[in-house]
Amino acid sequence: MANDILVLAEHAGGELSETTYELVGKARELASSLGGRTIVALLGEESLATELGGADAVLTVDHPALAGYNPEAYLLVLAHLTEERDPRLVLLANTTVGMDLGAALSAARGAPLAAYVAEIEAQDGSLVATSQIYGGKLMAESVIEGSPAVCTVIGGSFPAEAGHGAGSPEVEQVAPPPGLDELKTSFVRLAEPPAGDVDITQAPLLISVGRGIESEDNLELVQELADALGAPLSASRPVTDLGWLPKTRQVGKSGLKVKPKAYLAFGISGAPEHLEGMRDAELIVACNNDAHAPIFGVAHYGTTLDLFDLVPALTEKLQA
Amino acid sequence: MPMRIAVPIKQVPDVAEELELASDEKDVEREFLAFVMSEWDGQALEEAVLVKEATGAEVVVVAFDEPDVDQTLATALAKGADRAVKLTGAGEGWISSHARAHLIAEWVRGEDIDLVLAGVHAVDDLDGQLPALLGPLLGRPHATVVVGVEVRDGTAAVQQDFGGGRVNELELRLPAVLGVQTASQPPRYVPIGLIRQAMQEGKIEEHAAPAATVDSGISVRRLYEPEQAGHAEMLTGSADEVAERIVELIRARGL
Repeated sequence: MANDILVLAEHAGGELSETTYELVGKARELASSLGGRTIVALLGEESLATELGGADAVLTVDHPALAGYNPEAYLLVLAHLTEERDPRLVLLANTTVGMDLGAALSAARGAPLAAYVAEIEAQDGSLVATSQIYGGKLMAESVIEGSPAVCTVIGGSFPAEAGHGAGSPEVEQVAPPPGLDELKTSFVRLAEPPAGDVDITQAPLLISVGRGIESEDNLELVQELADALGAPLSASRPVTDLGWLPKTRQVGKSGLKVKPKAYLAFGISGAPEHLEGMRDAELIVACNNDAHAPIFGVAHYGTTLDLFDLVPALTEKLQA
Repeated sequence: MPMRIAVPIKQVPDVAEELELASDEKDVEREFLAFVMSEWDGQALEEAVLVKEATGAEVVVVAFDEPDVDQTLATALAKGADRAVKLTGAGEGWISSHARAHLIAEWVRGEDIDLVLAGVHAVDDLDGQLPALLGPLLGRPHATVVVGVEVRDGTAAVQQDFGGGRVNELELRLPAVLGVQTASQPPRYVPIGLIRQAMQEGKIEEHAAPAATVDSGISVRRLYEPEQAGHAEMLTGSADEVAERIVELIRARGL
């Protein structure tokens, strides 16, 4: 109905993602202020409906094309549910799935979209979204005109606890829309990373490097520090994109979420995608020569010293 | 006929620089900003050139007439693009993703494009990302956050980054649209001499952008600098002094 909030559930390996609960929690708040209901769309894994006690209703859709994640199949179903249920707002997480589907739903349904959303409020009947832009250096507040609106929300923006609930939502099986048998996209498989590398999510201390390290050869410098501390090296996306460290070492949205006792960041500016993966570390010390780098907004201690001066000094202290 | 790949390219403010707000606070002050090619467009271009090398495809880069775009288009030609198209008259200042997508879609329809490889996003995206808008607008399948593309027999085998090293593998029948996060290898370097040469050869084609008024559906009230919940306590002094403090901090955690 016109004031309902529709949330797309994301799941992997038979578990709902943390972001799904974050969205459900926010949906409940918005639904209550708009006088609508919180409805979760659960595609391909009906059994998880019992985990969605925070919702008023769960719509399940089952079809062989939804067995793995297939953007074309998901879009078809999500557009169908949006048309049929006419919600005020569709919430997706700013994950790979949300990046595929948020803008696509907007284009397919002519629905207005705000992306990279960190806050959303109902103000006098309008939805106002606050988005992160320019790598987190600025925020943009915008009014979303028209309905249904679509928002893709940055992970960690809302507490997941608010999305858990002991309710028993009405579960409705929705017939799959036509077209799922004639897709141009096929799901092949979800490949897990090769086993054997260090699990950075288990390390109490991480030495993390970003673009500021400048070259692969310079990694040796931080590796020496990591060795002196008995800690693994982790990195932000630019470093793993360049293949200087494996993807299993990447911290952030398209990497891993870590919560070590201490996180030392060298040459990391702190794009929102990176901060999402490490802001909960107990101690964050950041070294970046740009005093305005967003990393200093989450770090407990910071320095604008050149990392090429600081890192060897640290290693020397530890080896002494 | 060889397969034809389009790579839409966008100029964005260099976020390494200080960003100032325009007087109405609805945009950044563009006059003195340095503009660079969006980082992810560089990844899409590299992937396109890799597919060209593997299949003999033709690569066309397309951009709007944005600040310093000629330099970027010349660089794309030097890196291996066959054609560079500049669409003029789309207006000045920030172009919403929706407007961009409608205009690029219109251009693609007239160009016999088999595969669009676009950057997965850009730092000034607010109303969504180009590739996921383009797919449905063109009625073509799409996938984004792509980290590898292989084209064979009219199908693109695609790897999608699912985080932490997990990869979702898909096959899309062409024509299709892909949003590239990371090319299969780091973007190649081209010497400045080759870029200058491409610039002088005058190979950049200029076309009028299709006429269209597109409403993004959202209206920006204001931009502002985020209030940070906290700020790091800054450690000052020599490298040696700061190192001493950091070691103390780590030791205090029993590490």
